[in-house]
Amino acid sequence: MKFAEEFRNPEAARKLLAAIERVVGEIGATAEKPVHIMEICGGHTHAIFRYGLDKLTPPGLEFIHGPGCPVCVLPMSRVDECVQIAEREGVIFTTFGDAMRVPGTRKSLMQAKADGADIRMVYSPLDALELARRNPEREVVFFGLGFETTTPSTAFTLQQAAREGITNFSVFCNHITVPPPIKALLDDPHMLLDGFVGPGHVSMVIGVHPYDFIAEEYHKPIVVAGFEPLDLLQSVLMVLEQIRDGRAEVENQYARVVPEHGNPASIAAMADVYEPRPSFEWRGLGEIDASGLRIREAYRAFDAEEKFGIGYAAGPRHVEEPEGCECGAVMTGRIKPVACPQFGKGCTPEMPLGALMVSSEGACAAYYQYGGARAVEAAE
Amino acid sequence: MCLGIPGQIVEITDEARMMAMAEVSGVRREVNVIPVATGPLAGLIDKWALIHVGFAMSLIDEDEAAATLEALEGLGEAQETLEAMAAGEAALEEQP
Ligand code: SF4
Repeated sequence: MKFAEEFRNPEAARKLLAAIERVVGEIGATAEKPVHIMEICGGHTHAIFRYGLDKLTPPGLEFIHGPGCPVCVLPMSRVDECVQIAEREGVIFTTFGDAMRVPGTRKSLMQAKADGADIRMVYSPLDALELARRNPEREVVFFGLGFETTTPSTAFTLQQAAREGITNFSVFCNHITVPPPIKALLDDPHMLLDGFVGPGHVSMVIGVHPYDFIAEEYHKPIVVAGFEPLDLLQSVLMVLEQIRDGRAEVENQYARVVPEHGNPASIAAMADVYEPRPSFEWRGLGEIDASGLRIREAYRAFDAEEKFGIGYAAGPRHVEEPEGCECGAVMTGRIKPVACPQFGKGCTPEMPLGALMVSSEGACAAYYQYGGARAVEAAE
Repeated sequence: MCLGIPGQIVEITDEARMMAMAEVSGVRREVNVIPVATGPLAGLIDKWALIHVGFAMSLIDEDEAAATLEALEGLGEAQETLEAMAAGEAALEEQP
């Protein structure tokens, strides 16, 4: 356990790892018949690889990397639509930097920028609104992306734009919600999952109760976790103990940041600005019911899909994923990244083919970055 | 973009728009405090908050802030966030 030295508190890490080993044994899980725990959040995936938690924990425990990286689940069609908007005359297209390299059918936003589109990386939707104030003759579009952690910020920004009567600002809304894809995974007959580590920062906004259905209807444990390595280890232990004891509960390991009922101001702003779409497309997972948000009628003037007549406003559409790409299988835990024929060959962090290779929160990029050459060799 | 970063609120800059100056790893950045504003805004001064894409999303204590920052540094996320903040400033000035 020499890696444990890297922890803020190596002694605590060692104790937690010993307890995990013991409970995995009590469950009777082995390398051949492991217990499967999904960490939903991409930040957790990154931390697991960064600290080698998958290697420090016993072989009877297997991590399945969930769909909680908004960049990774962005379908090609949406990237294409971003490029379409960005290439319009007079548009300033603003986006979080994370989305710049996600491949589209024709090009990524990075390539569109190189080709002359006015695309700017912003830190906050408030930066985009400020650009609209400073450039009244231009149309400023913000690429709203992310789960419940970033969704309120776009809502607050739209409310502010409405209060100021700004007319040259709109949002291309791609905000998605965490519970529906989990439900979709639980409904999958091939599903192997025994329990979940839940995303702490999403619960900071929505609270812990949106996960009640996991325990009540599907009888699986979920523990809402912080993203420090010790938080993760402790949460994994809590999930394992529930499995051992035959319990299925929603527990909150991250109570120091996550209030039971979330953040009321953010919940109110989201309810004011958005409504669920009938369905939304996820890369690798397909259309999932009520998993995406769209802008309500009252804020229609700020909806880029309506303003430019594209996306879901233009009718149903679907774009195939690139050939040989196994993102979907990786995302549902059916295969490991190294089992994808493109891994480390046609697909690297420098030249990503699939979205899981774009962000350090994507399982493939995490494998590549921390497994490095070893992972590529293993694939060969 | 998903994890947020701890910052200390040092000054209220615009009451009407609920904006405050926060200090994040020695860098100053204006943030919106609507999510954590439950009383008079002046009460937020010196408090620590987790800041997500320009919004103070939750108040945390100083120890939690330090531990979170360390975890973010371990993941390389703190640097990425500071770079994103700088890129955001630059985007405002950029000419097409
Ligand atoms: S290696 Fe690339 S193409 Fe294959 S699953 Fe990962 S991201 Fe997708």
